[in-house]
Amino acid sequence: MDFELDEEQQALREAARGLLRKRYADFETRRGTVADAPGFDRDTWSRMAEMGLLGLPFAEDDGGMGAGPVEVAVVAEEVGRVIAPEPFLTSVVLAGGLVAAVGTAEQRADLLGGLASGASLVALAHAEPGARWTATATGVSAEQGDGGWRLTGVKEPVPQGAEADVLVVSAALPDGGTGLFTVVADGDGVTRSGYRAPDGSRAARITLDGAPATPLGEAGQDQATAIAAAYDAARVAAAQQAVGAMQVALETTAGYLNSREQFGVPLKRFQALTFRAADLYVAVELARSLALWAAMVHADPDTSATERATAAARAWAQASKAGRLVGQEAIQLHGGIGMTAEYSVGSYTAHLTTLDHLLGDARHHLGLLAATVGDHAEVDPLG
Amino acid sequence: MRLQLSEEDEAFRAELRTFFTTEVDEGVRATVRDRGELTKDQIVATHRTLNAAGLAVPHWPVEWGGKDWSPLRRHLWHEEMQRACVPPPLAFNASMIGPVIATFGSQEQKERFLPPTANVDIFWSQGFSEPGAGSDLASLRTAAVRDGDDWIVNGQKTWTTLGQWGDWIFTLVRTNPDVKKQAGISMLLIDMRTPGVEVRPIELIDGGHEVNEVWFTDVRVPGENLVGEVDSGWTQAKFLLGNERVGVAPVGATKRVLAQAKEWAAATRSGEGTLLDDPHVAVRIAELENELMALELTALRVVANSADGKPHPASSVLKLRGTELQQAVSELVVDLAGPGALAFGTSEADSDLPVWARRSTPTYLNLRKASIYGGSNEVQRQIIAGTILGL
Repeated sequence: MDFELDEEQQALREAARGLLRKRYADFETRRGTVADAPGFDRDTWSRMAEMGLLGLPFAEDDGGMGAGPVEVAVVAEEVGRVIAPEPFLTSVVLAGGLVAAVGTAEQRADLLGGLASGASLVALAHAEPGARWTATATGVSAEQGDGGWRLTGVKEPVPQGAEADVLVVSAALPDGGTGLFTVVADGDGVTRSGYRAPDGSRAARITLDGAPATPLGEAGQDQATAIAAAYDAARVAAAQQAVGAMQVALETTAGYLNSREQFGVPLKRFQALTFRAADLYVAVELARSLALWAAMVHADPDTSATERATAAARAWAQASKAGRLVGQEAIQLHGGIGMTAEYSVGSYTAHLTTLDHLLGDARHHLGLLAATVGDHAEVDPLG
Repeated sequence: MRLQLSEEDEAFRAELRTFFTTEVDEGVRATVRDRGELTKDQIVATHRTLNAAGLAVPHWPVEWGGKDWSPLRRHLWHEEMQRACVPPPLAFNASMIGPVIATFGSQEQKERFLPPTANVDIFWSQGFSEPGAGSDLASLRTAAVRDGDDWIVNGQKTWTTLGQWGDWIFTLVRTNPDVKKQAGISMLLIDMRTPGVEVRPIELIDGGHEVNEVWFTDVRVPGENLVGEVDSGWTQAKFLLGNERVGVAPVGATKRVLAQAKEWAAATRSGEGTLLDDPHVAVRIAELENELMALELTALRVVANSADGKPHPASSVLKLRGTELQQAVSELVVDLAGPGALAFGTSEADSDLPVWARRSTPTYLNLRKASIYGGSNEVQRQIIAGTILGL
């Protein structure tokens, strides 16, 4: 049993931290970056590509680094620490992960190669108005005609939908089931309307009107299982990303309690405040424990899809709860300054809120866990 | 990173599991399983069973019966005991005074006290807290004054757990009133049969008799019973309290009760189905299970990283959150008992309700203590804020 990163993983962490800190150590730089399209820094994205971060989880044959969930989590934590707006989680882990899972060899080389090199941005268009956190699609339907497949319907919200070059779109198949397709993002029959998510990242409504589409992987296959698995992998990475964000929000808050004076004394002299900060530390450490564990479960080739799904639900349920507590308290303990856009903690809270609703909140995941609570006596993380 | 135990540790765990489930008296384990109260004989007999197998004091120095286990193995030992419903070795002996004597005691004291302490031939009590000195322990006033080679002790201790069964009591006494309060304290070992020692029961809200007041009136204590130097007692107290905090989060026992709670919920009719079918109950259980798992993994992180002897900074989390979850599970159980919670600790002769329901309220009320003892949870928050967050 070992919870420590090995030397290569530590080197990866230092490299990712160095790169992201260099860009975002000054919070004002992040503000400026998310203010303008495309909402992230293309130069930083290229440097991430050069460092291998954008191809991290993909096979070397597909242009990637062949790393696993633990390495992805290591990078995600660094992304979270500076709330870097680059779409590592949504494009690389989520959209890229799905392409890696179901794409043909040719599609993988093409799409993942482009993603890993930073040449093209891939987005997953799966969420639909009126549905939440399911693995199936009903709002977009796929039809096969003489000229091939065409998609019709609305996808929203699509992270990086307006900025992406390629869309991976889920759609109801004519014979039932949920298929996956690639669509050229600025192609015929595609209308994109982009906006800012709460944390300054970008999302979009995408309207498809008979848009030409290419089946991802084998045509006509139900891919709901693969979609669910890709979201689970994203939840594990997001849990670590949230831990990184919570850690810094907590450190920032502790720093503020140490320095800010009210009534002639530093805020840390008020026990009511320091006790609340201590509770935040407890929440972050517990979330970190489950996030690390879930990454290890996902990294273990012997675990089943069910075990990986449960691990993702456990990790994200904890991160979701902790994220709300830490985010809300970080603002409250700062007082009015925490409400301002130019100070960081409010943006950390907005980021945690965005992640929470992208991937399913604690209530949703605890509901899933509750459904099987009678099937086992105890939960034993050591097996 | 790797989650699995090594093959050796896995075998170690399996061996302990077999021992605890086959060698420890089934009646004792059933009492723990039913959350009943153990008798003195049951506590002593179990401790001796463990000691005979070398499993009572594994954390002591090897020459006095210790095992030199890794922190992980100590963790597994503790967890497996709880999982098997085996009451852990008497803490006053194994975790508190034993290590203090082994570290600070004279050679004569070690030879005289350690073997009977390891075997509970002496049943120790703890005499630290006083009516005016709880979390602020250094404010204690019980005084010891020199009389030749002896000490004459006067004062009052309180919250003396199981003091009615104690043979000896280890105490902190004020030996110098004229210096900074921490600097004037000494540790004395006192035979509770000495004239002038009086134990008075304190009745608690759970209806049981678990704690006592201990009064000292001109109690004569031989000078050889002083542990360490005069006025050095605060050092020994900090050492002991540090040990007390380790392992104070009973994750294994809480997990076991939660597993039982599911059985109890599934056996209780509610509406058209059982309590376990109630989505509110199921979600509450799922959430507690997840929180406990996060805590267990945190405990494993702490033991995996404390090999160099330094406590992991997250260890205060274990006491704080461990007791909160222990209390939360007891609250769940009293809620599952519902109207059965009114059969407040009744015996089978008076009630047809299942024993878990009859014990639910006393246990729930009793466990309110968990966030108070062993360094109250407010003290733990203070430690986290001060030593980790720098506040």
